[in-house]
Amino acid sequence: MRRRTTALAGSLLLLTVTGCGAADMTKQASPYANAGGAKTVTLSVQSWVGAQADVAVAEYLLKHELGYRVDRVQIDEVPAWDALSQGRVDAILEDWGHPEQEQRYVKDKKTITPGGDLGVTGHIGWFVPTYFAKKHPDVTDWKNLNKYASQFRTAESGGQGQLMDGSPSYVTNDKALVQNLGLDYKVVFAGSEAAQITQIEQFAKENKPFLTYWYKPQWLFEKVPMTEVKLPAYKEGCDADLEKIKCAYPHTPLQKYLNTDFAENGGKAAAFLKNFKWSEADQNEVALDIADRKMSPQDAAKKWIEGHEPTWREWLPK
Amino acid sequence: MATATASGPMRLTGIGTLLRHRAVGKLVLLAVAAAVLVPIANARWASGAWPDALTVDLTSPLGRASDWIIDNRDSHWLFTYFLGHISNAIVISVRAVYLVLLAGGWAGVVAGAALVAWRVAGVRLAVLTVASFGVCGLLGMWVPTMQTLALMVVAVIAAVVLGMLMGLAAGLSDRIFRVLRPVLDTMQVLPAFSYLLPVALIFGVGVPAAVLATVVYAAPPMARLTALGLRGADSGVLEAVTSLGTTARQRLFSARLPLARKELLLGLNQTIMMALSMAVIASMIGGAGLGDRVYQALGTVDVGAALAAGIPIVLLAVVLDRVTGAAGERLGADAQGEALSPLRGRRGWSVAAVVTVAVALVARFAGRLEWPTSWTVDIVEPVNTAKDWMVDHLYTGVPVVGGTADWAAHFTTWVLDPVRDGLQDLPWWSVLLVVAALAWTIGTWQTALTAVLAMAGIGVLGVWDKSLDTLAQVLAAVAVTVVLGFAIGIATARSTRLERLLRPVLDVFQTMPQFVYLIPVVALFGIGRAPAVAAAVIYALPAVIRITTQGLRQVDGAAMEASRSLGATSWQQLRQVQLPLARPALLLALNQAVVLVLAVVVIGALVGGGALGYDVVFGIAQGDLATGMVGGVAIVCLGLMLDRVTQPTTRRDHGAGTKKGA
Repeated sequence: MRRRTTALAGSLLLLTVTGCGAADMTKQASPYANAGGAKTVTLSVQSWVGAQADVAVAEYLLKHELGYRVDRVQIDEVPAWDALSQGRVDAILEDWGHPEQEQRYVKDKKTITPGGDLGVTGHIGWFVPTYFAKKHPDVTDWKNLNKYASQFRTAESGGQGQLMDGSPSYVTNDKALVQNLGLDYKVVFAGSEAAQITQIEQFAKENKPFLTYWYKPQWLFEKVPMTEVKLPAYKEGCDADLEKIKCAYPHTPLQKYLNTDFAENGGKAAAFLKNFKWSEADQNEVALDIADRKMSPQDAAKKWIEGHEPTWREWLPK
Repeated sequence: MATATASGPMRLTGIGTLLRHRAVGKLVLLAVAAAVLVPIANARWASGAWPDALTVDLTSPLGRASDWIIDNRDSHWLFTYFLGHISNAIVISVRAVYLVLLAGGWAGVVAGAALVAWRVAGVRLAVLTVASFGVCGLLGMWVPTMQTLALMVVAVIAAVVLGMLMGLAAGLSDRIFRVLRPVLDTMQVLPAFSYLLPVALIFGVGVPAAVLATVVYAAPPMARLTALGLRGADSGVLEAVTSLGTTARQRLFSARLPLARKELLLGLNQTIMMALSMAVIASMIGGAGLGDRVYQALGTVDVGAALAAGIPIVLLAVVLDRVTGAAGERLGADAQGEALSPLRGRRGWSVAAVVTVAVALVARFAGRLEWPTSWTVDIVEPVNTAKDWMVDHLYTGVPVVGGTADWAAHFTTWVLDPVRDGLQDLPWWSVLLVVAALAWTIGTWQTALTAVLAMAGIGVLGVWDKSLDTLAQVLAAVAVTVVLGFAIGIATARSTRLERLLRPVLDVFQTMPQFVYLIPVVALFGIGRAPAVAAAVIYALPAVIRITTQGLRQVDGAAMEASRSLGATSWQQLRQVQLPLARPALLLALNQAVVLVLAVVVIGALVGGGALGYDVVFGIAQGDLATGMVGGVAIVCLGLMLDRVTQPTTRRDHGAGTKKGA
């Protein structure tokens, strides 16, 4: 019984401590932040390895050069924007373009501040393994895809060819594209990037043909060379109406975003994150070490940092 | 894990025949009703899939609701004066616990945990506790373990308080009990996945949402067992206490609650187990700690790292389960043995407290608060090597039996596809009819009505086809689970040695977060529905094996003896005595298989299971309330329907608190 009374008293005490005034929903830091007197930065990590590489390098430098403790939180893209606006995370380092969120949080509510280019340009497309494209060069044009549908068939796609899509959090128009381009394919969702990579590697091991949604920059290209299938060219605004879409995906310069409060008062950490900018080759080097050589993100970041001092020296606030 | 035990009374043949007669009667009634209603329905809406005329599109209202929440979250009083305080209180409590754990340092935490285990459950469990925490540190997971522990402490306390309040109300008032029961029923068949999204939308991703989702998931067993304990109190004792002239309040505190101590402790045990099983799922909405490490490792297809974070979760579960379990067993038994010990009662606790503080202080002054980095063992490398070997050698082209990928393809084409297509081709009203018939034969007209309404709700939501796809996966997985589970269960019931051998394996599979084995499953079976089914089977199998074993073991010895004396062979004995007598247990095992499989088939969407699970995952990932909620509610309906169709109503009170958590 005593335990229950204590619990009740405890919750009452908490209510008094938190004050009976209004609670600020825009300042909701993680309970693990700034524990033990350390200055903490909370970074959002998305599930793909490129994003993990950004965070690993930023984390290492924040820790060893600037003396911060870094918390990583894995959240999907759209919820990450939400968390960023509430101050649960301080920064997103790799955003693939979310116009709706940008309008809401950056322009209307001003709770999020753009942090500039990451230096990497992202591109989504359809890919076939290069060993297959070499044997059948015409597969790289979408007009010939129907000819190969039977070779891309799996148990899951039934009588049609399989177009493998990944995580539900990724931007995709594939279902509409397949329909509008009149392709004899079924979009099969792997459900997570992990599952998709595992399946791609499995196919590659057996030299089997496959067609997949994939994106660049991505470390997996180093292991399983893939060739892009040409879709009708992208033109500004051709993807506005999902019902009628008939064109490829755009090339997106990836962006950084910071919580506004953090951007203004985050001191050296915020200045550093704004300066952070590297190339696709740099990112891939770290990503490959993490994902394929199974190095810990810390070790992979350390290895890159040791070899590229001039690059990151630039990022440190003077 | 304390699994639901089945202790059904022997069914007399007379009653059996009567029941069968009643079932026939029900079916005839149903057939008459169908004969009238079906032609009408057919004429109006035609057969085939669920008619469009009977669906409701919730996309725009749900979309508006979600926009409203996001736009008003920073300003509306509901948030700033109510929900915001809840969120802050959770953050502050979790932070407080976390800071205490950090201040104690690893030595202080280990010492404290070991001493508590020693006081509550004896020396052996204290040693187990030290070893388990040691392994968490050795795996390099000390800080995440502490984060998870802090979150668990707060979530479990909240769930226990909430559960006890509900349980007290239900235990003391018959009316509240009647009202609360369907609510608790529903809370228990809800797959946790389905309410992640609304919680995350209101509180934002992060610890508060994770804690609240965990509380919703973990409170029902506490409520049920509290109510059960209060209702089951020995009436003789209560009468004696009443005759002493006590008030109702005094009776509650001096007699009813103490008498219900065993149930309360079992409730605590179940609540802890369920809270821990949420640790990983909650990481999808930013729960941090060990769950987050598992989830992140999956992003890089790193089974080794996922395992390194999964093992501490298993160890925490094992320690907490054994300690609370032992505490329950020692209740009442401790009176004599303890009385002789010089460290009994309060003195023992003060010694424990003093030692803990002393150890923590020593560690602090020695500057050894953090787990030393040199004391870590890297298991990532070997585990991944082992996984790669498995994949290289088992995936395909194994002589005679074929590789795992071939099995998966065959399973998809020969089992999953026909079942799904068959279900989807059935006229919608016939599905409702089958559901009604099944639910009514084993239950009352109320259960049948609930089941039919749940199924109809799916149609109204406009996800009929997807739901039948999920249903097909569930049915296939349940079939495999039950066949394997009964076979292994029968074997373990006959051999104690096999049971002892299997016990730790079952423990691990029941507590290992499902996410950990999703990747090996993909590596072996490719992506698609087959691996989702495989993961579900792995998850549900232990509970089925356990309940089967227990049920068979508890069969009346006299009946066995009698059959043996009549010269029955052991096969005849099994078939004609044991299995029929253990029927209630076997039915419970079936029900458990259904509930557990449903929970995992949804997570199977992460490896290509598609259907409803995919909608929910999509909703969480894209912040799309409409898609996610409709998917979630449909899963709940499916769960309710399956639960009603597989759980005989008369047995409803048994195993009450221990469902889903088994």
